[in-house]
Amino acid sequence: MQAAHETTLGIDHRKLAIWVFLGSEFLFFGAFISTFLLYVDNTPEGLGVELFDIPFTSISSFVLLMSSLTMVLAHSAHVRRDMRRARLWILATALQGAVFIGGQAFEFTTFVREGMGLTTSPFSGAFFVLTGFHGAHVTIGIIMLLSLWKLIGIGRVTPMEDVKTEIVGLYWHFVDIIWIIIFTVVYQIPAG
Amino acid sequence: MAQQATSQQTAAGPEVHDAHHPSPAGYVRIAAILAVLTAMEVSLFYIEVGPAFIPAMIGLMSVKFTLVVAEFMHLKYDTKLYRRVMLLGLLTALGVYGIVLATFSSVRLEF
Repeated sequence: MQAAHETTLGIDHRKLAIWVFLGSEFLFFGAFISTFLLYVDNTPEGLGVELFDIPFTSISSFVLLMSSLTMVLAHSAHVRRDMRRARLWILATALQGAVFIGGQAFEFTTFVREGMGLTTSPFSGAFFVLTGFHGAHVTIGIIMLLSLWKLIGIGRVTPMEDVKTEIVGLYWHFVDIIWIIIFTVVYQIPAG
Repeated sequence: MAQQATSQQTAAGPEVHDAHHPSPAGYVRIAAILAVLTAMEVSLFYIEVGPAFIPAMIGLMSVKFTLVVAEFMHLKYDTKLYRRVMLLGLLTALGVYGIVLATFSSVRLEF
């Protein structure tokens, strides 16, 4: 089996690959964000940004932001070979992600109850597609985190393989920074 | 042998890694700054600041973005190649979608 770090660039190919992927994800989310901005006024009266509950979304935004802290603490623990703590922080990150998804689900059902569904208007379609895809990314992140937690627990990810926690962490921080952008550009500025 | 090679490689890794990356306490400090910036953002939503609203929001968002990317994602400490790859994607997206918005938007942001 080839040694992990004998590469032409002298860096881990897996880490380079995740950065290339994340670079492409900016284009992915950029398309949905710009579509939303184009359609921000294209909705019937009362079924647009008026429905946004900024205090509620602020709380879920804060939870996701703090999950980035627990994720980086997980990686830091893995680097120090403290696997018990690494697993603890990974689980904390996954739980915070689940809380965020719960908040999104509550928000979406509230909007639908108020009369704004996926096909109500171009605004609502753009909003649900953007935030829905972000939520799907968070959900995939939670699955990755729980898988990592389990794999560390059964010894399939060893204390020396901290790059695996780092790669999951990079993905998780990315979904957080996309939400940083969405919270400001999609929620606060249009509703302000 | 691969496992040993990996161990030898990353045996040198943690010392270098720890020397250049923030400590857990450092990460907590950065998270506290992010929390304060978020609170400022939310406060701005309720305070009448006139035309400064959008630039202030974008500014705060940019600072938060940069902090997470530089510190939590370790771009500040890692090889420049990762930074270039990230910036390539980000700047391409900003450029392409900026042109899309400028071409098709009927809403003009006024500062």
